[in-house]
Amino acid sequence: MARPADCRYLASHEWARRDKAEVVIGITDFAVEHLSDLTFLDLPKVKDKVEAGKPFGEIESVKAVSDLNAPVSGEVTAVHEDLAESLETLAKDPFGQGWMIRVKPSHPAEWEKLLDGTAYLKVCDSEGGH
Amino acid sequence: MSLGLVEDRLVFEKSRAGRRGVTLPASDAGEAPLESLLPGGALRNAPPALPELSELEVVRHYTRLSGKNFGIDTTFYPLGSCTMKYNPRVHEYGASLPGFARVHPLQPDETVQGFLALAHSLERALAEITGLAAATLNPSAGAHGELTGVLMVRAYHHDRSEPGRDTVLIPDSAHGTNPATVTIAGMQVQSVKSGPDGRVDLGDLREKLGTLGGRVAAMMITNPSTLGLFEIRIGEIARLLHEKGALLYMDGANMNALLGIARPGDFGVDVMHLNLHKTFTQPHGGGGPGAGPVAVGEKLVPFLPVPRIVQEGGAYRRREDFPKTIGRVRSFQGNPGVFVRAYAYIRSHGGEGLRKVTEAAVLNANYILARLRDAYDLAYPGPCMHEAVFSARRQVKQNGVRALDIAKRLIDLGFHPPTIYFPLIVPESLMIEPTETEPKETLDAFVAAMLTIAGEAAEEPQKVKDAPVTMPVTRLDEVRAVKQPRLRWRPR
Amino acid sequence: MRYVPHTEQDRTEMLRAIGAGSVEELFAPVPKELRPKRPLDVGPALTEPELQSWLEETAARDRSAADLLCFAGGGFYDRFIPAAIDALVSRGEFLTSYTPYQPECSQGTLQYLYEYQTMMAELTGLPVSNASLYEGATACAEAMLLSWGLKETSRRVVVSAAVHPHYRRTLETYARPVGLEVVTVPAPGGLTDAAALRKAATPETLAVLVQQPNFFGAVEDVPSAVAAAHAAGAQAVVAADPVALALLEAPGAQGADIVVGEGQPLGCPLAFGGPTFGFFCVREEHVRKLPGRLVGETHDTRGRRAFVLTFQTREQHIRREKATSNICTSQSLYALRAAIYLSLLGPAGLREVAALSVRKAHALAEQAAKIPGFALEFPKAPFAFEFALRCPRPADEVVAAGLKRGVLAGIPLGPHDPALRNVLLVAVTERRTAADLDRFVEALR
Repeated sequence: MARPADCRYLASHEWARRDKAEVVIGITDFAVEHLSDLTFLDLPKVKDKVEAGKPFGEIESVKAVSDLNAPVSGEVTAVHEDLAESLETLAKDPFGQGWMIRVKPSHPAEWEKLLDGTAYLKVCDSEGGH
Repeated sequence: MSLGLVEDRLVFEKSRAGRRGVTLPASDAGEAPLESLLPGGALRNAPPALPELSELEVVRHYTRLSGKNFGIDTTFYPLGSCTMKYNPRVHEYGASLPGFARVHPLQPDETVQGFLALAHSLERALAEITGLAAATLNPSAGAHGELTGVLMVRAYHHDRSEPGRDTVLIPDSAHGTNPATVTIAGMQVQSVKSGPDGRVDLGDLREKLGTLGGRVAAMMITNPSTLGLFEIRIGEIARLLHEKGALLYMDGANMNALLGIARPGDFGVDVMHLNLHKTFTQPHGGGGPGAGPVAVGEKLVPFLPVPRIVQEGGAYRRREDFPKTIGRVRSFQGNPGVFVRAYAYIRSHGGEGLRKVTEAAVLNANYILARLRDAYDLAYPGPCMHEAVFSARRQVKQNGVRALDIAKRLIDLGFHPPTIYFPLIVPESLMIEPTETEPKETLDAFVAAMLTIAGEAAEEPQKVKDAPVTMPVTRLDEVRAVKQPRLRWRPR
Repeated sequence: MRYVPHTEQDRTEMLRAIGAGSVEELFAPVPKELRPKRPLDVGPALTEPELQSWLEETAARDRSAADLLCFAGGGFYDRFIPAAIDALVSRGEFLTSYTPYQPECSQGTLQYLYEYQTMMAELTGLPVSNASLYEGATACAEAMLLSWGLKETSRRVVVSAAVHPHYRRTLETYARPVGLEVVTVPAPGGLTDAAALRKAATPETLAVLVQQPNFFGAVEDVPSAVAAAHAAGAQAVVAADPVALALLEAPGAQGADIVVGEGQPLGCPLAFGGPTFGFFCVREEHVRKLPGRLVGETHDTRGRRAFVLTFQTREQHIRREKATSNICTSQSLYALRAAIYLSLLGPAGLREVAALSVRKAHALAEQAAKIPGFALEFPKAPFAFEFALRCPRPADEVVAAGLKRGVLAGIPLGPHDPALRNVLLVAVTERRTAADLDRFVEALR
């Protein structure tokens, strides 16, 4: 799957995209494929604070659970509430309809520390991906 | 297993209103209306919808259900880390004697001298086997023993006015119960890496001890490790911890590899739990009961849970008046029915015999390692102790046959699968523990099955991926079980 | 070596395959200086005939409910156990099977656990039961930890003084290290003080625990305790006796959020306190926080109904330090005993067991209270099948005198509360006959 050029990434497979003054956050196609058989998604609430590199939620498959790490710090402004009920969306369109939360960044400089597409591709390759 | 015995209906679906499996004598204490004896508002509105069957129907139902299970009595169970050895029937006989089975837990001490003597002897035997000062039999299972041990570690540091020791170091190869236990004991987990030889990375340990300093309460280590390897530098690890004022906790899950070979107390362990249901053979009963005694060195004795069994003037007593005890970890005094079986196993073997148990367990594991090392990738070079850990990475790469597929195919060939996907640091792991009670012919048959599967994985992988096909059910939809939870039967 | 089958020839062949000269070589990784200089001192090896004799002699040193009339209770009761239970659970396919991680070859275990879960849900009036826990006291502790997880900022647990003292001690063992505070509410007259409970259940409270019937055998006002808990935004936890629930309203139907208890009364031998099992039932919304194993229904690739361990991501082997509990086992074999017991008795049989116990206990209480110097300790508290009897002398002396006449008269309460030194807790089960009750009275006179 082609990864959008306007996204930045964490090595733990979350993506971030700037949209005006906010950052939209989700997980990558690589993460979705490796988790497989998704069963449960736990997201924060609007107005919750998230911290860069720290978990903002959890995603579960039948026999695994993974933290969802925030690429940037800030306050949650929107949560994709319906996603938990339609986890298949994550497989169909992880970078679009599969978005998870929107955050109003408190430390905009954090953006620059995120991986760009090329660096992220290397991470996937080293984990035996494609 | 015979398919002719398979039962598909639930006991509720066989129920017919008015049937009974047991009748009781009429009341010889009058028939006073219950409303006159119990507060009206407290009485139940609707009876519980329990099944109604005759005794034959109940016996047949559960007998047929048993036909859908593997058990050690029918099948080799090479489950790594679980030590599924034979369960001698004399143990069941002993535990069912009225003097053991029909004794109330709060009977006066003078009426339970037999049981207390047995429990006390078992405590002494466990202290001898582990090289430690004392043992408690109170914890209900291995994980409960871990909690008991970690709470004692915590109490020890608090007693020495070092409550800041709130961190426990745990190797990344550890059982999940270790970190989970530390959390519910109110402490933090710090992971320590394994080195390339599968053993604790001493450099990482030194670094963690350096950074955390006086915050380290203990290290929890499994020896032999979950990779089936003896921790060669265990003496050094103990010394490093003790120098920093921290204690060494040993997870005794793999004690089957050390009986009479090495005593944890002699290599610096301060506290450890033992899984009586593993090393000392308690029937696993489909997942419990077990027992998780904890053995401790002198410095932790004051913190042992109550009640403690003491010998005073030729008699045994249960005592609770120990001011530094961590308290009670459950009702009464552990799972005494398990003690009978464990002590019987120890007495059946004696000291020399226990060493032979371990020698045979290690011989069996190394035999399997030797016979399978060409067909499957070995996780770490041998020799191993009581279990051999392989990886199915070659089979995954070749044709996408995973450890899970190999496990399922083994079921078709008449063997219970080994432990898979544990330890977590070995990808596609297959962890094989044969135990001492299996004869060479069984191991040879198992090896033959594993070699057959290796061949199939290369030549006809779909056959492996579709397994099992000989069981009452094929592979299950586990996603559905979570997404559409049905956790109890309801009438349709 | 009757359990180690290797012949000399086996060893030779195996060592040759391994490429080792001796078994000793395999232990090369164990440093020489750690090897013990002498064999373990655990007594000489016994043959099976010797072992049988030793076990028989040791067991014979105990006095059991086979030769004593047992009126001791406190959560463990000398109830009738149908012979079919022992016959069925000793089948090797049940007795010697492992935790059902491989569902295809464990449908027997998984199905009976599913049946067990259904039965416990029926008894307790809550929709979800786990596959069992260790026993009653630790089940209470797990209920406390679950409640904490639902209200993480709170630290206060309110417990009635009429809850089994061992359960309360165990709660304290679990509470102390994580900084939870266990507050005890008095139970004057043998029943939880409802006003004191309401007062103690402050908004910082995460759980309220009462027992039904309580430790003294008395029937509690569960709805009132539930109301106090809910007013505080806390979980209402009830530790219940499973046999009593044949007659008493299901705590779940009275609003309890978590119902736990000791499973011994459901077909398990006394066994000096274990093994037995604990039960643990919750509302549906708490499934993800549930401790222990849980079995669910699904289907296989061919669409046939099948059972499987589910919601495993809660558990320690996946979530490690973030798990809902460190428990990694149930007490399957004892949950099986309960499932068989309840199948044999059915709703009518279980009700008879409970009703016989209640009627006989009331008959005995009436007779005992007439013995000069003896009286009911809590005359105003309604009780089910266990009651507190005040004696004219320390209760342990009464028990000692009873033993001389073949009667285990009950549990002295002095060790749990010095003020109750002269009080005996007396339990009566369906096994006791009118003649047995007479012997009890004779023994106390």
